[in-house]
Amino acid sequence: MMSFAPLSSEPRSQVDDPSSLVMRFGAHEPLMMDAGIALAPWQIAYQTYGTLNADKSNAVLICHALTGDQHVANDNPVTGKPGWWLTMVGPGKPVDTNRFFVICANVIGGCMGTTGPASTDPAAGRPYALDFPVVTIRDMVRAQAALIDKLGIESLFCVVGGSMGGMQVLQWAASYSTRVFAALPIATAARHSAQNIAFHEVGRQAVMADPEWRGGRYLIEGTRPSKGLAVARMGAHITYLSEMALHRKFGRNFQDRAAPTFSFDADFQIESYLRYQGISFVERFDANSYLYVTRAMDYFDIAAEHGGSLAKAFKGSATRFCLISFTSDWLFPTSDSRAIVHALNAAAASVGFVEVESDKGHDAFLLEEPEMFAAVRGFIDAAARVRGIA
Amino acid sequence: MTVSSLPATDLETGHRLDFLLVADMVEPGSRVLDIGCGDGSLLGILRDRRGVDGRGIEISREGVNACLAKGLPVIQGDADTDLADYPDDAFDYVILSQTIQATRQPRVVLEHLLRIGRRAIVSFPNFGHWRVRFDLGFRGRMPMTENLPYSWYDTPNIHFCTIRDFVELCREVGAQMEKAVALNAGGQPIRVTLPWWAWNLLGDQGVFLLKRR
Repeated sequence: MMSFAPLSSEPRSQVDDPSSLVMRFGAHEPLMMDAGIALAPWQIAYQTYGTLNADKSNAVLICHALTGDQHVANDNPVTGKPGWWLTMVGPGKPVDTNRFFVICANVIGGCMGTTGPASTDPAAGRPYALDFPVVTIRDMVRAQAALIDKLGIESLFCVVGGSMGGMQVLQWAASYSTRVFAALPIATAARHSAQNIAFHEVGRQAVMADPEWRGGRYLIEGTRPSKGLAVARMGAHITYLSEMALHRKFGRNFQDRAAPTFSFDADFQIESYLRYQGISFVERFDANSYLYVTRAMDYFDIAAEHGGSLAKAFKGSATRFCLISFTSDWLFPTSDSRAIVHALNAAAASVGFVEVESDKGHDAFLLEEPEMFAAVRGFIDAAARVRGIA
Repeated sequence: MTVSSLPATDLETGHRLDFLLVADMVEPGSRVLDIGCGDGSLLGILRDRRGVDGRGIEISREGVNACLAKGLPVIQGDADTDLADYPDDAFDYVILSQTIQATRQPRVVLEHLLRIGRRAIVSFPNFGHWRVRFDLGFRGRMPMTENLPYSWYDTPNIHFCTIRDFVELCREVGAQMEKAVALNAGGQPIRVTLPWWAWNLLGDQGVFLLKRR
């Protein structure tokens, strides 16, 4: 049997009024979404680190992955845990906050202070739920661009991100090539694969099959589809790891017992680990947001926007690219990165690419990977020299 | 036989003499692809001295990371498999420096070079050099020199050729030799007045500037 921690006292506090900076856009500044909807008013929650230099040339935008948030290098206000990319971002780190002005924003459709399905619809006075328009990666990037405009930054020195964050990096480079000096997409793809769409669909069906989901109206009806969302997370979590990493960490070891119980308790360590991952996830994430952001990844296909040619998306781009993939990543395998590299080569763009040897699967980009840090540091430092950033 | 551990370098700049020779063959400001670019030394020379827009392919992670740190756009890849993805006439020059002997299909690779670049520059260790012939002929041992520093059992080099063999391959694939230089072990060009057989005997490496016929 699964058991869950009691609901936190006010799960929506971070949704409308987050513990971070927030840029608010009024009725006259709508976000024009791919679904054909002009969203207004809307807001985007973000964090910044470091100082913007006088000519505003040292801004680095970090794009977060599926269930990440803007708290990239500070303690997370919900979980109390350190920022999700503290290994990469900070003073003296590869993305050095002593030199760069780092910005990280919560994506549109998210649940950490940027307008999403859990946000209060001002017209109705209740959460949007499924009345929220379906979001795309391009919408996320459009929202970030609006934020960057408001911050008075014309051109970003570098846009960095892994996984869904890497998709945003590619979209930035394709949509706003003149505003991106350097782009660093990590463990990502220019389109979501059928296999990955399939995994996402399983996750969404788990959420929607939870009777507490109530057709998406759970916040209005005072319930919470915690079990469905936890199952979705458990499934997804497996795809972030690798067989080798799972085996090394858990093997077939039992949890707190010497022999099987001949029941459906969490006999194996891996089971209890996944249950823990599922439970801790529902405490910090909104179920409808999960549906929306997974959908955004599913729809992502940059080539499709350009008549099926990925090279066309980057034609004439002056952006310096560096791609990184991981040998054991089967969610976004190296072949996905290579397809982007080939397209960038065909488009005569400047591109570097390295495949990092790791047995940690897709999650490697969030973990201690010295080769990745070396590549990121080398690429960013070299680009900063060209850009004239001290 | 004494074997120096480092390739011959220019005393003033520390650059390898064969790299400087190759760089001199490249028109300033052109677009160059360096296949098997190692740590990016040649690409760096081309960028700094010839104002070249250079790209690289390198199979080793360490090499790629070294290149990225120099700000050189280099991708991790394999000459044997990746060249097919490059469009025709994508570069002014494609350089294959001390790499052809490590490819599985040297002929196919050479054909790709001539397709992708308007010109190709190929340098390789000459297996016809007298020291190689001496090691094999008189000592009965597989040769080791500064350009061939590996034992026979752990060498990445699988397709050695002599200068004469390479000239024959160029003829077969229809490549026109615009320049051909043999370098001695000191990295100095051998006098052009010497006949081919002398190049093949005295040349430590061959450097060829090729063009599609």
